[in-house]
Amino acid sequence: MALLEVNDLKTHFFTKKGIVKSVDGISFQIEKGEILGIVGESGAGKSITGFSILRLIDDPGRIVEGEIIFDGEDLVPKSEEEMQTIRGNKISMVFQDPQTSLNPVITIGDQLIEAIVYHNRNVSKKEAFERCVAILEKVGLPAARKRMGSYPHQLSGGMKQRVVIAMALLNDPRLLIADEPTTALDVTIQAQILYLMKKLSQDFGSSLILITHDIAVVSQLCDRIAVMYAGRIVEYGTKEEIIFDPKHPYTRGLIACLPKLNDDTDRLYQIPGIMPSLLNLPEGCYFKDRCELADETCDVYPEKQVFGERVVFCHKVT
Amino acid sequence: MKFLNNELVSEFFEDKLAVAGLVIFVILSLLALFPSYVTYQNPYDLTQLYLENSFRPPGSDFFLGTDEQGRDIYSAMIYGLRISLYVGLASTILSVIIGYTLGLISGYYGGWVDTIIMRIADIQLSFPAILIALIIMALWGEGVGKIIIAITIVNWVYYARTARGVVLSEKEKDYAQSAKALGMGNLSIIFKEIMPNTTAPIIVIATVRIANAIILEATLSFLGLGVPITEPSLGSLISNGYQVLFSGYWWASVFPGMLLMVLIISINLIGDRMRDIMNPRLKR
Amino acid sequence: MLKYILNRLFHSFIVMFVISFVVFFIMFKAGDPVQLLLPPDATQQDVIEMRHALGLDKSFLQQYKAFLENVAKGNLGNSFVYGQPALDVVMERLPATLELSVLAMLFSILFGIPLGVISSIHPKAWYSRAIMFFSLAGISVPVFWTGMVLVLIFSVLLGWLPSSGRGEVYLFTSAFTWDGIKHLIMPVLTLSFFQLALILRLTRTGMMEVLMQDYIKLARAKGVPRKVIVYYHALKNSLIPLITVIGIQFGQLVAFTIVTETIFAWPGTGKLIIDSIQNLDRPIVVAYLLIISFIFVLINFVVDVLYTFVDPRVRV
Repeated sequence: MALLEVNDLKTHFFTKKGIVKSVDGISFQIEKGEILGIVGESGAGKSITGFSILRLIDDPGRIVEGEIIFDGEDLVPKSEEEMQTIRGNKISMVFQDPQTSLNPVITIGDQLIEAIVYHNRNVSKKEAFERCVAILEKVGLPAARKRMGSYPHQLSGGMKQRVVIAMALLNDPRLLIADEPTTALDVTIQAQILYLMKKLSQDFGSSLILITHDIAVVSQLCDRIAVMYAGRIVEYGTKEEIIFDPKHPYTRGLIACLPKLNDDTDRLYQIPGIMPSLLNLPEGCYFKDRCELADETCDVYPEKQVFGERVVFCHKVT
Repeated sequence: MKFLNNELVSEFFEDKLAVAGLVIFVILSLLALFPSYVTYQNPYDLTQLYLENSFRPPGSDFFLGTDEQGRDIYSAMIYGLRISLYVGLASTILSVIIGYTLGLISGYYGGWVDTIIMRIADIQLSFPAILIALIIMALWGEGVGKIIIAITIVNWVYYARTARGVVLSEKEKDYAQSAKALGMGNLSIIFKEIMPNTTAPIIVIATVRIANAIILEATLSFLGLGVPITEPSLGSLISNGYQVLFSGYWWASVFPGMLLMVLIISINLIGDRMRDIMNPRLKR
Repeated sequence: MLKYILNRLFHSFIVMFVISFVVFFIMFKAGDPVQLLLPPDATQQDVIEMRHALGLDKSFLQQYKAFLENVAKGNLGNSFVYGQPALDVVMERLPATLELSVLAMLFSILFGIPLGVISSIHPKAWYSRAIMFFSLAGISVPVFWTGMVLVLIFSVLLGWLPSSGRGEVYLFTSAFTWDGIKHLIMPVLTLSFFQLALILRLTRTGMMEVLMQDYIKLARAKGVPRKVIVYYHALKNSLIPLITVIGIQFGQLVAFTIVTETIFAWPGTGKLIIDSIQNLDRPIVVAYLLIISFIFVLINFVVDVLYTFVDPRVRV
């Protein structure tokens, strides 16, 4: 049985300007120990997917339909109290911007210890402290013991992100959701952090959902990749399938955007146009206005096409 | 200017209370602008006053009663409203002009000009507004013009500070830097590039301070240090009525007080709403 | 840290200096005390002699210098009305004013902050809206009006509370006697109404802004219980800027005692200054201004230093 199974998840936001269908019917699975990459442009719904799994969707948003089956139980109908026992415990999250992820007026140590204490009532403060130091060392934070008393502003961006990752791993989560974990970091640090996450998830045996707009990142780290566009998954398969044999025109466009060292072109490829507004989605395939292969058949939303374990939503693939 | 765009306007109208505030304010302003049409007595025309009418309770021939001189409270209130609004708005406009200009200069040019202006502002701010205004009026004497200036002196600092803050942050932004690189003159940069971005915070502050200005004037007039008796504002009327409160003639102070309260609440309703929709930190 | 404290101290000193200059300058321009002190039938010679005796024939700077020297010695002249040293007169009445101010401030904080927090969690709930409207009324009503309405209801109509004066004093304050409390209720409520509303609103806005931050979301993603997030994670952040405001507001509060004391005939410095202005009692006015400015500058200094202890980002 898969660790996490998402079925037809729909998260909509009911704003004054209309209903924003941020996530509009996506399905995917992740096994124990797997790394899944969710790729897509800004606004495609990737982050909202992550928040939906942890049930962190606030007004005016709501999960309107679907199942999120984690470890055999559907998370969607769970109460807030029940979710609180899961968050930071069985499922953890790492946010994008380390500068704003940590509470500026509470020490690193207190923020870490807190993560333990709220999920393990019988752990003593001292024990919790030692556990935190241990995990800070594991994520490669120098002078970990001393840092327990530091405040976030005393750490660099990369160090802060390590702290956030440590915080997420403290309770041995089964699933770690990383929302653009390296986007706000220096390029040189990015690789370090990504490698760290992969290694840790392997060491801890946890699954990882890596949410990013950077397809180059997923191409290195992930076992499976889901490509999202305008709130829906357009293609889903193993890394090899997606990277080396992309079938959906959008996925192909994304791959084509990657600069290749042995290429002799002057300009980088860009997918023409922009993603449609989620308030005003077109009839039929959402990508049709930017797609070279589009024709009248694309005025109807494509059905799911299955190729083994691969899934593509496009009329034009065989 | 940014703040006139349709989105903000329609957002404003979504809040029923804010709209109510706006409507009330408009009605009050109209009453204040055309007092002779809505009152049946000019309370400052001594020929219209008859002492035998003094202390009539509300509901008699006189709508809201009369004071010790036979003055109709309702009419006096409307004229008083006029003065209160006049002082409040005039002083706010003046403080905005002075404060905003000084703040712009201070923030843009920096250097010793900035230091001096800000030092003055700092020192002034370490003193409560009412005390400053009190001393000024105590030394200078009563007068509508004087109190307008006194309140202006008290309030310019807030606008200067705000304007300066915005200018400082806008100055470093790319659009301002590139304008400079393109050879645009300083004044042009200030007016065409930076100024439009500073209007929103100024409006936000102004909505708070108009109410403050009106309250300050009312308080000073209540203490006898504001507008002269010949041109009483609502504050003076309340003060007047307070003298006779214990004799049971409550209408002379309660009604002007209620009007003052309604005026300020309506301004605050408008201001609150404007602040909420313009506060970038509360947006999703 | 020490450097910062010294810097602030120096700054305070400069401010006091400037204020003393301004106060003196204003008093200098404000009028001729000689005319007030002498009987109307005084001769020109008497006037010249008095001028000389008071040192009023010297230059402005010389007089200022003399003034500063006197202040350093604690001599602020004698009140024209009371005949006693002005400093003493003001200091005698200061406890009554401070009593009102401190109690009003405590009251405002005690109720303002919790109400602000409550109305920030679910801003659209009915009770949040009710609190907001209450706070709107609070900042829309001038101090004197609040006082007046309270007097009207509780003294004139109901006759429950005394409308003027201070009650029995015990251990420097009248808050320990029942009589004292009866006299304190209305003035303190009057003074604190505005402050309460202000603190409420600031707390509310601060909390709402903080609750939108990423670190709050992360705390939720960690599984921290709601109550802890609001009252610890969020409140700690929004209280910090509030400290500065409370400090400044205390100064305002002391100034507003002027109005309150006038309405309730409270024997404090506020009533004193109003009377003294009307009586043209120059030394009292000068003494009052200097003492009050000193209190403000002191408060600002304390708040500045306190801030560095409370906000870890500013700690040196």
